[in-house]
Amino acid sequence: MSDAVHTHGHDHTQDHHDEGSHGSFGSYMIGFGLSVILTAIPFWLVMSGVLNDPQLTGVVIMGFAAVQVVVHMIYFLHMNTRVEGGWSFMAMMLTIVLVVIVLSGSLWVMYHLNNNMMPHADMSAMQHMSEMP
Amino acid sequence: MSSATATMEPRAYHLPEEPHLHEGHSTNLGFWMYLMSDCLIFAILFATYAVLGGSYAGGPGPKDLFDLPLIALNTAMLLFSSITYGFAMLAMEKNRVSATQGWLFVTLLFGGAFLFIELYEFSHLIHEGAGPQRSAFLSSFFTLVGTHGLHVTFGSIWLITLMVQVAKKGLIPANRRRLMCLSMFWHFLDVIWIGVFTFVYLMGVLR
Repeated sequence: MSDAVHTHGHDHTQDHHDEGSHGSFGSYMIGFGLSVILTAIPFWLVMSGVLNDPQLTGVVIMGFAAVQVVVHMIYFLHMNTRVEGGWSFMAMMLTIVLVVIVLSGSLWVMYHLNNNMMPHADMSAMQHMSEMP
Repeated sequence: MSSATATMEPRAYHLPEEPHLHEGHSTNLGFWMYLMSDCLIFAILFATYAVLGGSYAGGPGPKDLFDLPLIALNTAMLLFSSITYGFAMLAMEKNRVSATQGWLFVTLLFGGAFLFIELYEFSHLIHEGAGPQRSAFLSSFFTLVGTHGLHVTFGSIWLITLMVQVAKKGLIPANRRRLMCLSMFWHFLDVIWIGVFTFVYLMGVLR
């Protein structure tokens, strides 16, 4: 069996020359170390409440999440602009554009919808409206 | 057909010779396309949660329900499973069958621990009367987190299947390709989880 494995192993290394590398022990450990740090800091910020400002904390942990996603993409998913002749990267960019449109579009539309429903749903808003000239 | 065209050389609408491509040459790209479409499913679920996440219907909110130390433990499980899957891939590159199997098994244990903790959390919430039917917030929460958990479940089944395959046939090119796909799937789920713990749990407690 080991013979068979070895011949296939040779094929395999040839296959992967055009598919980019799969990382090394070092790159996996760098990725792991970074993601542990980038996970621990947001949890610590929220659980201890050191920033004393929920809005600021929210922005900061969103930033950490964005950085961690990039770290995972590079060190675990081995994403770069050369894999598969750049097509993986193109597909990812298209997905990011779509995700941004879906998320921001939904929030934008639904925020306005909620605002327009406000007099019916929220009494304080109605009072505010009656005070207006 | 007129006789004039018949004398002309027949037009070929295909390549004279099929390009020689080895089996599975485009599997990685195809699987990446699948992952990107899966990413869009999660984007829609995230958008739904973002819209409905504040509608408690007089019921409990994230601050009352979420247990951050438990979520931190859960996150650690998934992160550990990611790095151990990475070690399995490194062992595969070196053609070490038993090391590959060992790391795959460790990955399975971490994945199983993640699922166990998540199911414990869900059953705890449902026991407290905070099931998916309680409010729009909880419906969207269970849909988003449950869909991720379902992905991890199927990833674990896939992992067991591949361990059996490797045990039976060794690290043949087909099995390497499958392990590569599962590697992308597994790391992708970890990326989605970053969004879940930041956006749902941490932001929920801050809200």
